[in-house]
Amino acid sequence: MNDAFPTLLDERFRAAAVAEDLLDVVYDVLEDTPVGPLLVGVTDHGVCRIWFDPDPARELETLARQHGSRVLRVSAPVDRVRRELDEYFAGRRQHFDVEPDVRAMPEYNRRVLAELARVEYGTTTTYGALAAQSGNPRAARAVGTVMNRNPVPIVLPCHRVVGASGSLTGYAGGLDRKVQLLRLEGALL
Amino acid sequence: MAPLVPPFECFYEDHRAEVLGFLGRRLGRDGAEDAFQETFLRALRAYPRLEHGEHLRAWVLTIASRIVLDDVRRRRPPTSNDIDELPELADEYGRLPPIEELAPLTDGLPPKERAAVVLRYGYDLDYDEIGAALGSTESAARQAASAGVRRLRKEHQ
Repeated sequence: MNDAFPTLLDERFRAAAVAEDLLDVVYDVLEDTPVGPLLVGVTDHGVCRIWFDPDPARELETLARQHGSRVLRVSAPVDRVRRELDEYFAGRRQHFDVEPDVRAMPEYNRRVLAELARVEYGTTTTYGALAAQSGNPRAARAVGTVMNRNPVPIVLPCHRVVGASGSLTGYAGGLDRKVQLLRLEGALL
Repeated sequence: MAPLVPPFECFYEDHRAEVLGFLGRRLGRDGAEDAFQETFLRALRAYPRLEHGEHLRAWVLTIASRIVLDDVRRRRPPTSNDIDELPELADEYGRLPPIEELAPLTDGLPPKERAAVVLRYGYDLDYDEIGAALGSTESAARQAASAGVRRLRKEHQ
C-alpha cells in the first residue's frame, strides 16, 4: 500500500463505492487467523472467495474474471464473514449463516458443493460417498477436483472429505491446515 | 494483444496518487478531495464498459480534467471564448473523439499538433499528461504543442 496516500480520503472513496453499489466484489484480508492470513471476497450473493496465503494480485485477477472487474478492498462489507470465521475458530460456531456464492462454478461443481455443505461439523466423509450423493458413485476423482477448486473453503467444508482408507489425501490450502481444522472440530485427535 | 482490464483495486492503487496530485495543482487541496472521489466514482461507473487495459492513466486523467473543467465553469461566468466549447478528449468509455471536433481555431493544424495545443492551452494539462493522452512522450507532446503554436501565429499574422 502507498503509505503517503491520505487514509481518510482513501477510506471515504471506498465507502462511497460500496454505498453507491458500484462493486462486483468486495474483499479484505484477515491478517491474523489461526490458519494464517485469509483473503475473503463477498458479492451481493454471499461469500464468493476464501483463500489462504493470498497472493492478492493473482487472486484479484481471478475474482475479476469470475465476477466482474470492479473488485475493491473494503473492510465493512466483509464484517459478517469475519465475525462468523472468528466464532468458528474460537469453537463457538458449527455452521455458517453466510451464503456461499458459487455461481461462477460449473453446474457439476455446484451440485457437489451443495452436497458438501451438508457434511456436519466434527464429522468426515469420503470422496466416494460424496460422489455417490452427487449422482455418480464412480466419480470420486472428479469430486477430488471439485474439492481442490472449492472457492470458499472452511465455509464449504472440503476439509471434512478424506480418502476411503481414512487417509487425509490432500487439501488445496495445504495438508497442515486440513489437520488443523479437523482438530479444531474434534474430528481428529 | 491488448492487456486485460485490471481489477479495479489495482487500477485505483496505481493511479490514485497521481490523480490527487493533478487535482491538487488545479483545485487546491479542499477542492481536490471532492473531485478525487468523483473522479474514481465516475471511473468505477464506466469501468465495466472498458474493453481493454490500455491507456488507463490517460483515461483517468481525462476524467479528472473534465471534473476540473466542471468545477472551474461553476465558479466563473462563461466567456465567448470559453474552454467548454472545446470537445472533451475522450468520453467515459475511453474512446477518443474524432479529431474534426476539435476547436475551430485550431482547424488548420495537423492532428497531433492540434490535440497538443488544445490540451495544453484549453485544458491546462502538463506535457507528460498530454503525452500519455496521445500515446506518445512528454517531449513529443511539447514539440507538437510548440509547433502548433508557431503555425497558428504564422496563420494569424
